[in-house]
Parts: sequence; C-alpha cells; structure tokens
Amino acid sequence: MLEFTQQIINGLSLGAIYALIALGYTMVYGIIKLINFAHGDIMMVGAFVGYFSLTLLGTNIFVAMLAAMLTCAVFGVLIEKIAYRPLRNSTRIAALITAIGVSLFLEYMAIFLLGPSQKVFPDSAFPLKAYTLGGLSILNKDVFVFVSAVVLMLILQYIIKWTKTGKAMRAVSLDREAAVLMGISVDKTISITFAIGSALAAAAGVMVGVYYNTVNPLMGIIPGLKAFVAAVLGGIGIIPGAMVGGFVMGLLETMVSGYGNSLYRDAVAFGVLILILLIKPSGIFGEDTGEKV
Amino acid sequence: MQKVKNKWIKIGSEVLILASLFTLVQYLITAGLLNQYYQINLTSMCINVILAVSLSLINGFTGQLSLGHAGFMAVGAYVSVIITNMLDLPFIVGILVACLAAGLAGFIIGVPTLRLKGDYLAIATLAFGEIIRVTLQNIDYVNGPAGIMGITKLTTWPWLFGGTVLTVLVIVNLVNSSYGRAIVSIREDEIASELMGINTTKYKVLAFVIGAMFAGLGGAFYAHYFYIIKPETFNFLKSFDILVMVVLGGLGSTTGAIIAAVFITALTAALQSFPAIRMILYALILVIVMIYRPQGLMGNKELSIKIFGRIWSGRNEPDGNK
Amino acid sequence: MNLMEINNLDKSFGGLSALLDFNFRIAENELVGLIGPNGAGKTTVFNLITGVYKPDRGSIMFRGENLAGLAPYTICAKGVARTFQNIRLFNDLSVLDNVKISTHKDVPYGLMSAILRTPGFFRGEEEIEKEALKYLELFNLKEKKDELAKNLPYGEQRRIEIVRALATRPLLLILDEPAAGMNPQETQELMGLIRHIRDEFNLTILLIEHDMSLVMGVCERLYVLDYGQIIAEGTPAEIRSNKRVIEAYLGEDVE
Repeated sequence: MLEFTQQIINGLSLGAIYALIALGYTMVYGIIKLINFAHGDIMMVGAFVGYFSLTLLGTNIFVAMLAAMLTCAVFGVLIEKIAYRPLRNSTRIAALITAIGVSLFLEYMAIFLLGPSQKVFPDSAFPLKAYTLGGLSILNKDVFVFVSAVVLMLILQYIIKWTKTGKAMRAVSLDREAAVLMGISVDKTISITFAIGSALAAAAGVMVGVYYNTVNPLMGIIPGLKAFVAAVLGGIGIIPGAMVGGFVMGLLETMVSGYGNSLYRDAVAFGVLILILLIKPSGIFGEDTGEKV
Repeated sequence: MQKVKNKWIKIGSEVLILASLFTLVQYLITAGLLNQYYQINLTSMCINVILAVSLSLINGFTGQLSLGHAGFMAVGAYVSVIITNMLDLPFIVGILVACLAAGLAGFIIGVPTLRLKGDYLAIATLAFGEIIRVTLQNIDYVNGPAGIMGITKLTTWPWLFGGTVLTVLVIVNLVNSSYGRAIVSIREDEIASELMGINTTKYKVLAFVIGAMFAGLGGAFYAHYFYIIKPETFNFLKSFDILVMVVLGGLGSTTGAIIAAVFITALTAALQSFPAIRMILYALILVIVMIYRPQGLMGNKELSIKIFGRIWSGRNEPDGNK
Repeated sequence: MNLMEINNLDKSFGGLSALLDFNFRIAENELVGLIGPNGAGKTTVFNLITGVYKPDRGSIMFRGENLAGLAPYTICAKGVARTFQNIRLFNDLSVLDNVKISTHKDVPYGLMSAILRTPGFFRGEEEIEKEALKYLELFNLKEKKDELAKNLPYGEQRRIEIVRALATRPLLLILDEPAAGMNPQETQELMGLIRHIRDEFNLTILLIEHDMSLVMGVCERLYVLDYGQIIAEGTPAEIRSNKRVIEAYLGEDVE
C-alpha cells in the first residue's frame, strides 16, 4: 500500500507535466481542428530558454519559467501566423503536414544551433531535497512541478471561464462564423490561443528540465506524443479532459514502470490510445456526434 | 478497332521503356560504372517509390489518413529476415511471407480502426505503428532494441526493379478498375458510396491490406540491402517521411507519389553530409509547398505520355486528362 | 401487391422521438409522395429505409424481407436506391465515373482479373461503360460525361443524382426533395422526367417534396407527416381538403 501511494506521488508530477502540454494540444485542436505536432517542440524551446536563463543569466527557476513562457508565447503566435494561418481554409492533411514540417524545423534548427547532445540542467538552480512523510519520500521537485502546474491550470481555468478573451475562445471553437458575426476577431482569438497554449508548454518544458535533469533538441517528441494521447483520452478539444487525461497518463506510466517492464512504458500510452479510440473516440468527456445526411 | 490498336501501342511502348531502363542500369552495375553511392541511392529510391505508392493507395485514393505505414514496413523487414537469415530459406519465400505477414497486420489493424474517421484514424494508425515498434523492441528472438545485424545482402537490382514495377502495376491496375472506382468513391463521400451499394468497410480494409502488403515488400528489400534493422528505424518519423512523399506528390496521384519519392530521396542524398541543414531544408520545403500548393505537385492528376503529347502539340487542356 | 410495407416504425434521437409508429405501404409501380412541414421527420424515414439509421422498433418489409437493421449497401443491393436532399455527388470524379460506381455492386469481373488485366476485365469495362452511357443518354447528359461532377450547374447535378441512383438498377427509387432549388419551369420538366423514368424502368417511386405543385401533380397517393407521425393519407385531392393537413401547414401555401 505504501509502495502504491509512493507510485501515485511520483505519477502526479509527471501527470501534471503531461496535463500542461495536453492543454495546448486540446486548445489548438478545439479552435482550429489541427493536431499541432509542433507542440512538443515548443515545449523543447521552452526548456532551452529556461536552461539558458538559468545558466547564462543566472536567474532563479521562477524567472526562468516566466522567461520561457513569454518567449514561447511569442513563438507560438509567430508559428501560427507564418505557417498555419495561410492554410486555414485548406485541407486538414495539408495543415497536418505543415505541422510536421514546423516540428522538424524546430527540432533540427535546435540541433543546428545548439548541437545534438543533451545538456544538464544546473543542480544549483534547484537543490534537491527529499522529505519523508510516514514512510513516503517526497522530493521537492515533485512538489514544485505539481504545485506550479496546478496554479497554471487554475489561472487558465479563470481566463477561459471568466474573461472576455476566454469567452471569445469558446465562441470561436464552437462556431467560427457565428463568432465573426458577433464581432469577435477570429485571428486575434486564435493568436491568443496559441500564445496561452505555447506558454503552458514552455512551463512544462522547464518542469521537464527539473524533473529529468536534462534537456535536448529531441526531448519534445515523446512527451509531446504522450500529452497528445492524454488530450485524446480526455476528449480532444475539451479543456478539463486534457487535465484529467494528463494525470491519468502520468499515473499509468509510473505504475507500469514501477510494477512492470519499463520498456513497455511507451507501449502503454499507445495501448491506452487505441483502447479509447476503439471504445469511445470522442474521449472520456466527449459527446458522440454522427454525420448528418 | 482504332482503340484496341492504340492500347497495344501504349502497352508496347511502356514495356519498351521499362525494359531499356532495366537493361541500362543492369549494364552500368555489371560494368562497374555505377559506384556504391549511386547504387545505395537507387535502392533507396526504389524502396521509397514502393512505400509511397502503396501508402498513396490508402491515403490518396481511399482517403483514409494512415500514419502507421512504417509499422507494416517493419513487419515485412523482420519477417523476411527471420525467413532468410534465421531459417535459411530462399529470398523469394522471405519476400512472400513478409508481404503476407504485413498484409495480415494490415487486416488486424484495419478492421477495428477503419471505423474511425479523419484525425482519429490518423492517431490510431500512428499508435498501432508505434505499438509494432515497441513490441519488436521487447522480443528477444529478434534482439530487442539492438536489432538484427549481419543480414545477407540479397536485394539486387533485378529484385528491386521487378518489385517496384509490380507495386506500381498492381496499384495502378487496381485503381483504374471498377474496384478502384469503388475505393475512390469512399474518399469522395463515404455515405453516398455506401448507399450506392459499395461495401465501404470491405474496400477500406482491402485498400489498407494491399497497401500494407507492399509496405512489407519495401521492408523486406530494405532489410536485405542495408545489413542491419532496428525497431527504431521504423518509428513514426519514418511513417511521416512516407506520408510527406504522398502529400507532396499529390493525394490521389500515383505518378505524383513516384516523382516525390524520387525527388526526396535525391535531395536527402545530395545533402547527406549536412544532416542538420538537410532536415531544416526538408522542413522548410514541406511548409512552403503546403502553403503555396496544398494539393501537392500533381493534385489528383496523373502524368502521362498523353499529356506530354498535348504539351508538345500546344493543346494543353487543364481538365479531363484523368 | 405491395412492394414495401412499413409497420410500427419508431426512431428517437437522444430521447427525442423523431418518428413514432410510422406505418406505410407502397404498391409496385406506384408513385407516392411523403410530405410534411420542416422537421416533420421525412428525411428520417428515408434514412431508416435506406439503412443510414437503424430503427428502434418496427419492420420494413421489402418483397417479403425485413430491411430493418441491414447495412445501406445491402439494402441497395436488394433494390432500393436514393438521392440526397443536399447533393452528395462524388465531386472530384467525372460524371461518367459517378454513374459507373453505381454499377459496381454487379461488377462483372473479379479483383484478380482487374489486377492482371485479363480479357474478361476489358470486356467487363466495356459493358460497364455502355451501361453508364445508356443512362446518361436518357437524361441528355452524355456530352458532359468527362466533366467533373463539381463543375456542373446545380440543375444538372440534381439530374446526375437521379441517374446515379437509377444506375444501381433499383426496384424502388427514393427521391429526397428532387426539386429543391429549381425554378417553376425546371420543376415542371422534372415532373415529366419522374413520370417518364417510372414508366421506362418499370419503377416504384417514393418522393419527399416541399414543392406542393410537384407533389400534387405527379404523385398518385400521399402521406402527410407531422411531428414524426402520419396525420393523413390519400389521393392528392383528399389531402388537399384534409383539415388536419391544412392545420399542420397553416401559414404555408398548400396550393
């Protein structure tokens, strides 16, 4: 039982990271129906901004995270403007290929500029401490990741539920044409969505740096895919779904590596994805809709 | 009568062109005029044409977005190597069993997933492709993540040429038949297709299985040329690579897929010594082509000798040459 | 003899009843209309007959067989074909290919024959082409055979929808608002055409229509649907004077 609780604690912080990345996927999908394959790479950019902020500028971890979020927000908006906007009325597959292109561009640009090897996140930025609580060991990095992720999610929830911007985002994702008629600027709303989604991914990137201690140009691929699975699991396009999906994925993954074969860790993610797609493709929180004839 | 005569002239000229291409390359190889570098690229080209044309049947003609093609390639590669290297059976047996196994994998994956539409199907096939890879990583018999080394080089030019021509021929013949029309009607409007008497599930699965079989062939050729296979070689990025060829060529155009496969292979080869720049360039080309020509190079049109004739005589008609 | 007999058909969507205790029959060679205000459930009836939806209850007897719950392509193979209210042609294909696809269910050669290009394939293709052209010719669309379906004007697209359905060689042809978006003259022509195909192909026709003049002019018998239930049945003359029908259509022009 103690062991199980320990696994849950370990899984929560990983799940929080997945949830943050999944949010960006789900928000973008909800608003422009695009699987933004470059999203994981935005997370990588965020991790590197955090890394350089820590090593070159010597900031503390919170400033590093803020810097990463701001940079990536701008990045996300630019990517949408340059690469995705011209394709808004194009076929879905063309947009998907573009997203793959952007993803490869970010990865190999990073390799080109920073080299392919991984960089160690400075220990000094985040001195590790372990607390013991009734036989359970809790690392301060887990607490940090979990708490900051939850705070960010609360802020997001506030923006979406209570601000005008949030209402505009919901309106555009429900019915773009009607939103235009109501005087909502669709372009602006989509830009804001990318900015918020990318900022969350960047925060997740810095957290991954703290969590795994290293950053590298291809670090976004696998967490990106898993976060994407999390988004589908919760129901793609549905914000609370992404949060729940993220935590489920994180917990599942730690359980499998904790009790089973860690080589199967990645297979579990995809197995879950297949199961959900076959049983309820619209996800845990999604509603099934048929095509109208 | 005129029509029948034209048909034989067309077939005759095509056979002639293919035969001379084959003989020319065969001569260059035996005479030692084609060095290792060119031979490797020629092999990659043929394999990529096989992969792209087979995926174009699924994505381009049937309209089912599949992102798991590398998985079927992996099945073909591994199964063929087990047959030839581990069981010591002839290459042809390896190829046939590889195709059958990949086709079977296509069937097992296709039946449940092809109920899904659009993005959901894309994700499901991506996941299945990855599951194949992870499963291979966990099978000790094939050395897990380390993969199999020391595979005998059996993929020679006659095999490659024959395999590529066979792939293109089977798929072109299929597409240009009543069965092909049934398949394309699914892409156009699945509900209307079903209501006009087409068993859409059956034909989606059929296209998926045939596509997977030829991906298996590509995998078998790959394994028996490049000496080593690892599960990692067949990850989803490989599937993306193939998809990119199909989309750049134009969804629903076999000639487009062939041209794009040849072009991308050549580009990759030309930039071999600058891997980072190569990928950046590749990514930029993808984005730029999609922005300025989202329907791909050929759209859904085919390049044919007829079009050349038309351009030659200055009567280029934009439509109706399909 | 009745070609189709529908008994106690129910269908609801998410608890909302779209069709309740629907009873219907159509005799061989009859031309029957199904009318009713918007949202009355007319297209739902068509979708149930052709297998797009599965009924919650009831039977759809067609030549002694129950079609309820069968797949659309099976129903088509048994001899029921339809058109769509919102045109659903295979847009990027030629007019000829659109029609050829309907003949696929009786494809005269096998898959291997197609791949190997056997003589049987070429003979079969010739047959298919002849058949498809025959239908196009009847509708004066032969010259348009190589045009892409999406490039044709609206009226012609509607006609190709009918040709495509006919090419499946149905016994029962179901037309979903064939005159939608047509002007009075085109509607008039369409009326003649519908009668003509019924006689030419010895067909039974069921049609949904908003345009009352078309329905009254061409149909032999009418069913009136309102809120998912049949409220009247009879000849056009009977329907015209039916009080409940007039009420249901209040505010709409019955004539």
